Amino acid sequence: MKILYGMQRPDEGEIKVDGSPVVFHTPGDAISHGIGMVHQHFMLADNLTVLENVVLGSEPRRGGVALDFRAARKKIKEISDAYGLAIEPDVPVEELGVGARQRVEILKVLYRGARILILDEPTAVLVPQEVDELFDNLRGLVREGLTILFISHKLDEVLRVADAITVIRRGTTVATLDPKGVTARRLAELMVGSELPSPETRESTVTDVVALAVRDLTVRSDTGRAIVDGVTLEIHKGEVLGIAGVEGNGQAELVEAIMGMRGSTGDITLAGEDISQWSTLKRREAGIGYIPEDRHRHGLLLESPLWENRILGHQTRRPNVKGLWVDRAGARADTRRIVQDYDVRTPGIEVDAAALSGGNQQKLIVGREMSGDPVLLIASHPTRGVDVGAQAAIWDHLRTARAAGLAVLLISADLDELIGLSDSLKVILRGRIVADIDPTSVTPERLGSAMTGAGEGA
Amino acid sequence: MSTFVDRLLGRVKLSGWLALVAPLLAVLFAVVITSVVLLATGKAPLETFQALAQYGSQPRTMAVIVNTGTEYYISALAVAIGFRMNLFNIGVDGQYRLAAVVAAGVGGAALLPGVLNIILIVVVAVVVGALWAAIAGLLRVTRGVSEVISTIMLNSIATGIGSWLVTNHFGVLRGNELATKEIPGDSRVPGMALIPGTQLQVTGFIVLALVLGVAYYVLLNRTRFGFELRATGQSETAAVASGISVKKMIVITMVVSGVVAGLIGMPELLGASYKYSTNFPTGLGFTGIAIALLGRNNAVGMAIGALLWSFLDNSSDTLQLLDISKEIVAIMQGVIVLSVIIAYELVHRYRIVAEQRRVSRELATPQQAEGAAA
Repeated sequence: MKILYGMQRPDEGEIKVDGSPVVFHTPGDAISHGIGMVHQHFMLADNLTVLENVVLGSEPRRGGVALDFRAARKKIKEISDAYGLAIEPDVPVEELGVGARQRVEILKVLYRGARILILDEPTAVLVPQEVDELFDNLRGLVREGLTILFISHKLDEVLRVADAITVIRRGTTVATLDPKGVTARRLAELMVGSELPSPETRESTVTDVVALAVRDLTVRSDTGRAIVDGVTLEIHKGEVLGIAGVEGNGQAELVEAIMGMRGSTGDITLAGEDISQWSTLKRREAGIGYIPEDRHRHGLLLESPLWENRILGHQTRRPNVKGLWVDRAGARADTRRIVQDYDVRTPGIEVDAAALSGGNQQKLIVGREMSGDPVLLIASHPTRGVDVGAQAAIWDHLRTARAAGLAVLLISADLDELIGLSDSLKVILRGRIVADIDPTSVTPERLGSAMTGAGEGA
Repeated sequence: MSTFVDRLLGRVKLSGWLALVAPLLAVLFAVVITSVVLLATGKAPLETFQALAQYGSQPRTMAVIVNTGTEYYISALAVAIGFRMNLFNIGVDGQYRLAAVVAAGVGGAALLPGVLNIILIVVVAVVVGALWAAIAGLLRVTRGVSEVISTIMLNSIATGIGSWLVTNHFGVLRGNELATKEIPGDSRVPGMALIPGTQLQVTGFIVLALVLGVAYYVLLNRTRFGFELRATGQSETAAVASGISVKKMIVITMVVSGVVAGLIGMPELLGASYKYSTNFPTGLGFTGIAIALLGRNNAVGMAIGALLWSFLDNSSDTLQLLDISKEIVAIMQGVIVLSVIIAYELVHRYRIVAEQRRVSRELATPQQAEGAAA
């Protein structure tokens, strides 16, 4: 997608527009070939009018300097009428609803002469009625001869709007299908991959002791919408609880609420103690380890040496500090231990975290979060973007820790990982737990359709 | 990855010789640019620099350079504490001036004798500086007001309050100069005759400046607070995930910055003029910003920067003898700051690439395919 829009260069392969090969260096090149992109997150200036937003960056000139708003207004009206977008050019964007803003984004792209539109998860922010309206608009555009590339996780929507479907998994094309001859279940299977590992016969280490109990946890967005909606779950010592779900269904918010990084209502109990009012620091000190989803944003100080990264999140505990002082020797020694035990490939502990590969960065984080005898480990996509070797190593570490009595909350989009590691599985959809699944007897169809909502009510 | 601002403010460190080469190149570049300007105005560059160096190396000038440099250095430290955490305390200027006015008023009243009065004066200055800075910190965490805006406005307010205090409360008219009452002779900080060949003494506050410099280094690099401050500066998101209360850090950092800012006026007040008048030096807070940038918030780097700046400021007087406008020095200072920023950026990019190459090379040798793929 980024390659198609000229934001990244391909390593190999070629792009053809209308049959002739093209090379894009910048988004500008893509636009001049008639390719326009509507981003998932709107790129509009709220305090400007629709007209001003649309012309921003390609202002019509009159006599060299003056802006020709009249011509622009006329053109916007024409486009709006031709495609039935119902956009008024002189309304400030801040007065528009989400659906209308999206139409402004589409209009912006059309105004620049795009004939091929890329829509990245366009329905993520819309309510069902708005989705219907968007689909009507899209069909109108297609009737006028435009091409639309519609990227979505939501299978029912893809089936409804597309004329042809291509399934991509882990960066390669899995299949190209006709939506008329395919069911949501078949799509789900293709999406998540049906070669599930044979469930390992392994001893359950689950105990009766509850490590973490969450009751009626609800997280609301700024606008009051429930992103996490009444989630209740229990994790025992020695248990791995997997949360399956298509991304963006409240997993990240659930984790941040348990970590105390985000406000929530409901009860959170760690080893019998109510921690719902505790600060993030206190929760960490009480023994919650956290492998964040985005290691660069939340897990590392990229331009600090490895041993300083060892301190991060553990800055109040030995061996990193003695009272108010940083214990450099202690932190360094313990970093060396992590590098050794977790096989972090690095020339030394003085190099910056940024110099390591993703897999080695992640191994360092896993090692750090396993230090200090955690009670609970929250592992959010622990093997995302790491190489196969590091992935197997991280899985092994999780299994060993589980056997030693650690409770693990595992969030992942990788079904192999979820099924292979979890003792029990819950499916999250639109912020709610919609299904409990036994990972030893799960079928990909069932998991896939529960995750995507295709099997809802069934 | 770090942003340009991170690198600008020295939150990303440069290692070894590169950290030295960058500023040296920048100063050299500034000399070249200044030479061009001098040539364009029909003056001889070589003579100009000779005159600067000659004047600057006279014992008396050297003492003056050290004394001004002391104030510059304390100011740079105050600014740098904020910079390390992404806080732009532009209000150091207002903080030290207001602190000096109040401290001068209290000190002039001679409530306590001798050394006790000195301690009182310093404590008052520190408290006023801290409180004034805390306003900006609290506005930021409670109302989301950018500290850049609030500190700039607080600078104006400080000026207003300062002149009101001098006019209506602390001021004594002597001749036609309105100033606070002089601090009595037994409550002054003596200078030290460090530089031979001149009567002019070096301010006793150089000791304080050195202590502050060491304290700054220790606080940032050896304490938990310093670690949390630097972590927050590098990545606020990672700080939050690690359980660091960013709001608390903002307020505390502003207060610490204000504490140091409160000390900036002390060498002048307790060691030179003993009163606050219209002649009290202004703008030291802004000089501190330039020096903090120049020294990349590094304790030693800023000390060198402060001395360089002070040298340029103080030896510029001699240029008038050669019929050269002393503003040529301002041009040079500006060029130094700009070119230092550019030099640091270039060096930084070079270093990142070099380090990544080094790591992959060192890993590739023992375990070939595995290390490279990881």
